[in-house]
Amino acid sequence: MLAAIVLFWYAAAIWMNAPWQDTLNSRANLTNVPFTDFALSTWAQAKPVLPSPHQVFAEVWNATIGTDITSKRSLAYHAGITLGGTLLGFALGTLLGVGLAVMIVHNDASNRSLMPWIIASQTIPILAIAPMVVVGLGAVGVTGMLPKALISMYLSFFPVVVGMVKGLRTPESIQLDLMRTYNASPWQVFSKLRWPSAIPFLFASMKVGIAISLIGAVVGELSNNAGGGLGVRLLTGSYNGQTVQIWAALFIAAGLAAALVIAVGFAERLANARMGARA
Amino acid sequence: MSLAASVVSAKNLGLTFSTNDGDVIALSDVNLEIGAGEFVSFIGPSGCGKTTFLRVIADLEQPTSGSITVNGTSPSDARLNRAYGYVFQAPALYPWRTIEQNVALPLEIMGLSDRAARIQRTLELVNLTGFEKKFPWQLSGGMQQRASIARALSFDADLLLMDEPFGALDEIVRDHLNSELLKLWARTKKTIAFVTHSIPEAVYLSTKIVVMSPRPGRVTDIIESDLPAERPLDIRETPEFLRLAARVRDACAPATRTRSRACASFSTARPCPFSSCSPRSCSSGTPPPSG
Ligand SMILES: Nc1ncnc2c1ncn2[C@@H]1O[C@H](COP(=O)(O)OP(=O)(O)O)[C@@H](O)[C@H]1O
Ligand SMILES: [Mg+2]
Repeated sequence: MLAAIVLFWYAAAIWMNAPWQDTLNSRANLTNVPFTDFALSTWAQAKPVLPSPHQVFAEVWNATIGTDITSKRSLAYHAGITLGGTLLGFALGTLLGVGLAVMIVHNDASNRSLMPWIIASQTIPILAIAPMVVVGLGAVGVTGMLPKALISMYLSFFPVVVGMVKGLRTPESIQLDLMRTYNASPWQVFSKLRWPSAIPFLFASMKVGIAISLIGAVVGELSNNAGGGLGVRLLTGSYNGQTVQIWAALFIAAGLAAALVIAVGFAERLANARMGARA
Repeated sequence: MSLAASVVSAKNLGLTFSTNDGDVIALSDVNLEIGAGEFVSFIGPSGCGKTTFLRVIADLEQPTSGSITVNGTSPSDARLNRAYGYVFQAPALYPWRTIEQNVALPLEIMGLSDRAARIQRTLELVNLTGFEKKFPWQLSGGMQQRASIARALSFDADLLLMDEPFGALDEIVRDHLNSELLKLWARTKKTIAFVTHSIPEAVYLSTKIVVMSPRPGRVTDIIESDLPAERPLDIRETPEFLRLAARVRDACAPATRTRSRACASFSTARPCPFSSCSPRSCSSGTPPPSG
């Protein structure tokens, strides 16, 4: 599967870079270039339309392992900035989502009044909100990680609310009746019944939430290129036609997202083991 | 004196559920006294209001007419005083808690001390020693139900409400638990209200058998047992036992022959006299044609 993708990619690179290679060749007065040479040079352009896999991975390698981590040219440095915003936003979003879900489940009035707003919030395109948040907060002197984190939070609280409302409502009436026979307080019903029942839903929501948190952070960075981050690398790469740099940043972002989702999955397995889930 | 010792006292008690397709009279005009230390069984076909009556005692349902007291107070006050332990028809164990943690649940909620000893004692009582660290899914259905009984016993309430606790168990386990329950009752002087579908079980356990009938749910007979307090399992072969069982069978099978045949069948496995009968059709007054 992977091999097929790589093959297709190389083929696409030849095809997409061919017009520019033709131009280069005619400028250099090269004629009758053999196909193999032609293909090899399409894979080695400085600013290709579609960089070839080995160019991208060489760039990923050079910009992470091959570069001092404190350098502004290091992708690891930029990934760290993005990761910070992502994690802060994810934490805030999860807290907000859980808090809203608790209110919705325990209070009928907030159920009816909050839910429509929560759904409406997600119909506004994030690309419209992000610059407003970043520029708006920048105008009052708040810059750096927080504006990005707010955008991440804005995206990631939603799956958590939806999942946790469902999760906190899963206890069956007989399990709730049992609590009632013990004259349990609302807090005890929450902590000993509703919360543990909702844990599987929490993890499912957090897996979605952490991935879109990363998207939120990158989108936030696109609106302010002073602070650095993978989004800024994407942006400057596209200003300068540095396609290799764009693709390298994309790959790092995708790898980061995968790593974060796997980390949440790992936490989920730990929780499952403690809560006696079937192996 | 007899009034003071009354644990449950129902007078003209009625409960009607309003549902989307009309009212369901789950209980009508129930008059019943349960004295301290009695073992009262409720027997009757599905949908006759046995569960509903237990739930009214437990303050899980509100009666719509008549009155009821529990320990001389309202069911609500009795519940707030944690006056009873309730064993539901399904085990209702919390799947994320081990067996001992499930038994510990009421102890945690009520803030009782001495947890380890209580857990050990009640698990021993239901023969689950050695399964403390297992999760519910690792146990058979019968063991899960025993764990739920242990949970209801762990905080030592004086009144036990048990809704068909042994309904899902096989004969042998059931016999064993029946005699264990009798011993526990004799030793602790608890008051027990016990719902069952089995006539032999009701006769074996009870000091008083309440026979109920559906459509509308009501008490049709209350039979005091004349069996001795000491009851080994083989008392079930004695003429006294069989005579009492026959009386209960007659009581829950009034007049018609269909009913009589139907009722006789609920000493066996089938819970409802009409095999295709759901509680809904029972209560709507349209029994399916019986063959
Ligand atoms: N919550 C409820 N809402 C509506 N009807 C109910 C409800 N609970 C029980 N019933 C009805 O009340 C009647 C008595 O039910 P129940 O007490 O469960 O009977 P039993 O335990 O003797 O089988 C049945 O007809 C049942 O359908
Ligand atoms: Mg029932």
